[in-house]
Amino acid sequence: MAKKEEYKITESAAELEEHLRDMLFIRHFEEKCNRVYREGKAGGYMHVYIGMEALAVGWMKAIRKGEDYVITAYRDHAHALLLGTPPEAVLGEIMGRKIGTAGGKGGSMHIYDPKNGFYGGWGIVGGHIPLGAGLAFAARYRGEDKVCLNFMGDGASNQGVVFETLNMASLTDLPCVFIIENNEFAMGTRLEYHAADKELWKRGLPFDIRSERIDGMDVIDMKRKATEIVEWCRKEQRPAWIEIMTYRYSGHGAADNDRQLYRTKEEEDLAWQRDPIARLKMQMIGLGYMTEEKYEAIEEELIEEVERIYEICDASPFPEPDEVYDNIYSDMKPEAGH
Amino acid sequence: MGMIELTYREALAKSIEEEMQKNPEVFIMGEDIGRYQGTFKVTRGFVEKFGSRAANYNYRILDTPITEAGFTGIGIGAAMAGLRPIVEFMTMSFSILALDQIINHAAKVHYMTNGEVKCPIVFRGPGGAAKQLSAQHSHSMDGWYAHVPGLKVVAPATALDAYGMMKAAIADDNPVVFYENPGLYTVKGEIPDDNPNFTIPIGKAQILKEGKDISLIGYSRMTQVNLAAAELLAKDGIDAEVVDVRSLLPLDTETIYNSVRKTHRAVVVYEDWRSGGFGAEIVSRIQEDCFDSLDAPVGRVGGLNVPMPYARNLELLCIPSEEDVVACVHKIG
Repeated sequence: MAKKEEYKITESAAELEEHLRDMLFIRHFEEKCNRVYREGKAGGYMHVYIGMEALAVGWMKAIRKGEDYVITAYRDHAHALLLGTPPEAVLGEIMGRKIGTAGGKGGSMHIYDPKNGFYGGWGIVGGHIPLGAGLAFAARYRGEDKVCLNFMGDGASNQGVVFETLNMASLTDLPCVFIIENNEFAMGTRLEYHAADKELWKRGLPFDIRSERIDGMDVIDMKRKATEIVEWCRKEQRPAWIEIMTYRYSGHGAADNDRQLYRTKEEEDLAWQRDPIARLKMQMIGLGYMTEEKYEAIEEELIEEVERIYEICDASPFPEPDEVYDNIYSDMKPEAGH
Repeated sequence: MGMIELTYREALAKSIEEEMQKNPEVFIMGEDIGRYQGTFKVTRGFVEKFGSRAANYNYRILDTPITEAGFTGIGIGAAMAGLRPIVEFMTMSFSILALDQIINHAAKVHYMTNGEVKCPIVFRGPGGAAKQLSAQHSHSMDGWYAHVPGLKVVAPATALDAYGMMKAAIADDNPVVFYENPGLYTVKGEIPDDNPNFTIPIGKAQILKEGKDISLIGYSRMTQVNLAAAELLAKDGIDAEVVDVRSLLPLDTETIYNSVRKTHRAVVVYEDWRSGGFGAEIVSRIQEDCFDSLDAPVGRVGGLNVPMPYARNLELLCIPSEEDVVACVHKIG
């Protein structure tokens, strides 16, 4: 990995506080999701973003929200929240309620908000990668000035369909940024056990695609580099393949309750030293933009906000039984029983 | 209305071309469909009309690499953004490589978003046996797809239906699997020559020949087999009605049931493997809903449960013929 560049912080105090609040909100939202799951108020598979906040925050600051396309896999709460999806609709979906983004039909893995440019929320590892290229294809076909951010995990980067998509994205000049959220684990399988070459960023090179590896634990740096790449992609109408180094402090999913099966406590402690939230907090304190007291107040405010959202969701109804046949098709319902 | 006689293949081409002329958001993608003119030549001449032979690629007539999952997924993503892609599979057998994209993505997105994202896409290509293409190139994929909620599946048997139903499929806001049988491409029929807005709705079966003694129920090329069987049966004094299902999903049970309630006997014919093929579903529904009208068990003629063999004599054993249909009619009594 390239040595980290030194940089001068030119962002305003207000801007940095916004980054901090975004990351903190995601963290507390996700921690609440974990508790909700343990209490049995969410089911199925649920994957939280704790530790990876700077990555999504940086990229979402780099795009034109509501115009550009964003698509990801099942670790999808943060992307929706940052694009402007009401948090009640996200948590409501996770809790299987009617107020959810899909009326309770999708769940944690399938959050969508196309009005804000968010196209999911997909559960088959690597399966959505061609869909993201297809969104970029539509933008190019229509001559629109849009790009697609196409997120995947490090595990997904091994899927055959990803290579098929890279080939076509390059052949047909698609404005698509493929972003690997490399949190070092494909579920419980370490990077070195699932990737023959751990430098996943190189995988774009054989397809003549701009390929890079970037640290994703520094939100300021992440946002700056993401902005440059997104604008390059928009201008050049070419794809990019970007590996972001991050870490997942939580388990793979809420059902992963023994992380020691695949990593040590010491490793986790070491990774916590890279915590993107603590890092930004220290940077801001160093600049005189933040105090411990103010930080605590912000944190308390956001925790209360998450509780308020939870109360709304917990009081809201589940979908009605007669909705089960709704929206299989846009124009018809199958006959009941068939 | 002026009519013109065209083959099934030409009718498909005319339909797709007219829709692409009408709507710039309709495009076609697939292997060798452009410069090579299509393996079964449905897109003959398209690259000259909608693109340029000299261009590296043309978005409206997009030659893809041989990567079914990848290009199908790109089509699905484009459809999610509102374009209307037509994805050609060189044969439906190759769509097996794209099953995850079709079943787990295209068929699910409308439901998983509770109607927020539509997926107006057509998956088309020849399915079923051609001639001596053996085990890996002869799949009838109709039953596999008709099993999946969220897809529509059509299998027209005539040139006119191919023409009209392709227009309906392209106009549909849901993913439609359009199953063509290679044995049908040369079948001729009368097509409206000057009515590009002509359409035949998805979800309607038709009676191609009326009769009073037994209902022969099938789709795609098996409807042509049933028509031939009906002629043979007439020589035995049996007046068979031929029900052309046309649309598997949704299934027009009303037309099927009305026929069975009139004739009191039914044989269902399908080219797919007999066990678990879509014909089995039709048989099951008839016995569930028309039991009191039946004078005999519902007969079933399907493909042999065998990987398709190469030798022509063995291959012919595996594909239902009019003689098989006649034998089944006599067997159920």
